[in-house]
Amino acid sequence: MADITPAIEMKDVSFSYNKVPVVEGVSFTLKEGDFLGILGPNGGGKTTLLKLMLGLLRPDRGSIRILGKPPREARKYIGYLPQETDFHMTFPITVFELALMGRLAHASLGRPYSKQDHRIAEDALKQVGMWDYRFAKVGELSGGQRQRVFIARALASEPKILMLDEPTSSIDPQFESDLYELFKELNKKITVVIITHDIGVISHYVKSVACINRTLIFHEEGKITQEMIEATYKCPVDLVAHGLPHRVFPVHKETK
Amino acid sequence: MWEALQFEFMRHALAAGVLVSISCGIIGVLVVVNRIALISGGIAHASYGGIGLALFMGIAPFAGAAGFAVLMGLLMGWISLSRKHRSDAIIGAIWAIGMAIGVIFIDLSPGYNVDLMSYLFGSILAVGKPELWFMFAVDVLTLLVVALFYKEMLAMSYDEQFAIVTGVPVTALYFLLITLTSFTVVMLIRVVGLILVIALLTIPPYISEQFTSTLGKMMGFSVLLSILFITLGLWLSYKFNLSSGASIILVAGVGFFLSLIMEQIS
Repeated sequence: MADITPAIEMKDVSFSYNKVPVVEGVSFTLKEGDFLGILGPNGGGKTTLLKLMLGLLRPDRGSIRILGKPPREARKYIGYLPQETDFHMTFPITVFELALMGRLAHASLGRPYSKQDHRIAEDALKQVGMWDYRFAKVGELSGGQRQRVFIARALASEPKILMLDEPTSSIDPQFESDLYELFKELNKKITVVIITHDIGVISHYVKSVACINRTLIFHEEGKITQEMIEATYKCPVDLVAHGLPHRVFPVHKETK
Repeated sequence: MWEALQFEFMRHALAAGVLVSISCGIIGVLVVVNRIALISGGIAHASYGGIGLALFMGIAPFAGAAGFAVLMGLLMGWISLSRKHRSDAIIGAIWAIGMAIGVIFIDLSPGYNVDLMSYLFGSILAVGKPELWFMFAVDVLTLLVVALFYKEMLAMSYDEQFAIVTGVPVTALYFLLITLTSFTVVMLIRVVGLILVIALLTIPPYISEQFTSTLGKMMGFSVLLSILFITLGLWLSYKFNLSSGASIILVAGVGFFLSLIMEQIS
């Protein structure tokens, strides 16, 4: 990681919805190869921050650089896992088609996916243990299985930065730890950014922590201790956990 | 049925049914999964304004309908993107305003006694060769666009946000879809009339979704169902001397309720 270009660079970024400021004066620099955990209360701006980095939202003020480029030009290098994966449950799409969608930024407009795209999607599904389900309809999977397929889609984009919005919100505990081991393994080569409520994850896996509640406090790699997580953060009280990985907020409902 | 085929109008009607089904099945699927059924209903009704305008100016009614439909469709599409929370109210307004424009222009057209019913409820038995060619052209255009942009349409329909993140030109595709929907709606008006269009556009996809695992299969199945409904409806209307448009929609309606029952059982 001798590369000087940072993975993510935000300078004085502000964003508001209907004149209500959601993110204000956010600045931080994330090195390539880092593993960033973003913490904060609901409505604190976590997902907004992620959407700004993805180029889905444009900041009112300030600048964002992803791998030295504006977010919209860096799309190819970002793997993205949305928070909700239970939309369109009746939609006719197979597990394999969803994984292939991860190749979209690499394929050209108006042409079908290449053989190589198919191979990469296959590998991604094998990595999350969902290859055997490749012909199944996504809507008929369990919450945990569906999440794995969405993760495969993010992996299929062969990202340099993986952005995950609460990746374990609908997953069984066993796969949860497998999943974090997978992220840890991937982190040897790529940068990982994760939004989570899970303090156990923060203490076990991440290298840097950003805490956002409109404004952002950034704790860089190597500067975090367990005590800091529990004491120094200006994060909400309900983040304090008891012992092992612990979910602070109720599990999302499956209906929609 | 076979003796009916000795009539040219019946052969034309059957050909129209098949041709219309191809676009109807494919575009209908995209309309349903992108939830723009209301806009399609709006396009169908507002296009009456184009029919009135065309009669007033003395040009071919279906050319007027097609032009006006595309214009109103794009307008409604633009509104639903920019004013999301009130889009249904605004679409409802354009829906009715378009029709009113049509009625007034037909009133103003001197000495022209238009057969209003044929536009409201269809006249598949009066389809001529030029219209068959129009339908064929719309089919070719539909197949071409969907074949070219299948993976982008799939991404947009299933997970719009992800499609945007990966750089799919979602807004352009959306307006392309609305344009194709407008052409499809105009040719469906010929078959079942502008009031009943929405049923033929949405029922086959709704049924197909239960039995298919990919968007492509859903489209194929919808096309087949649409052919089945139109042909069966046409036969019933011939056999019992009933209105063709309504017969077609009622056949589709029976299929719709059967599929609802099957959905409940399984």
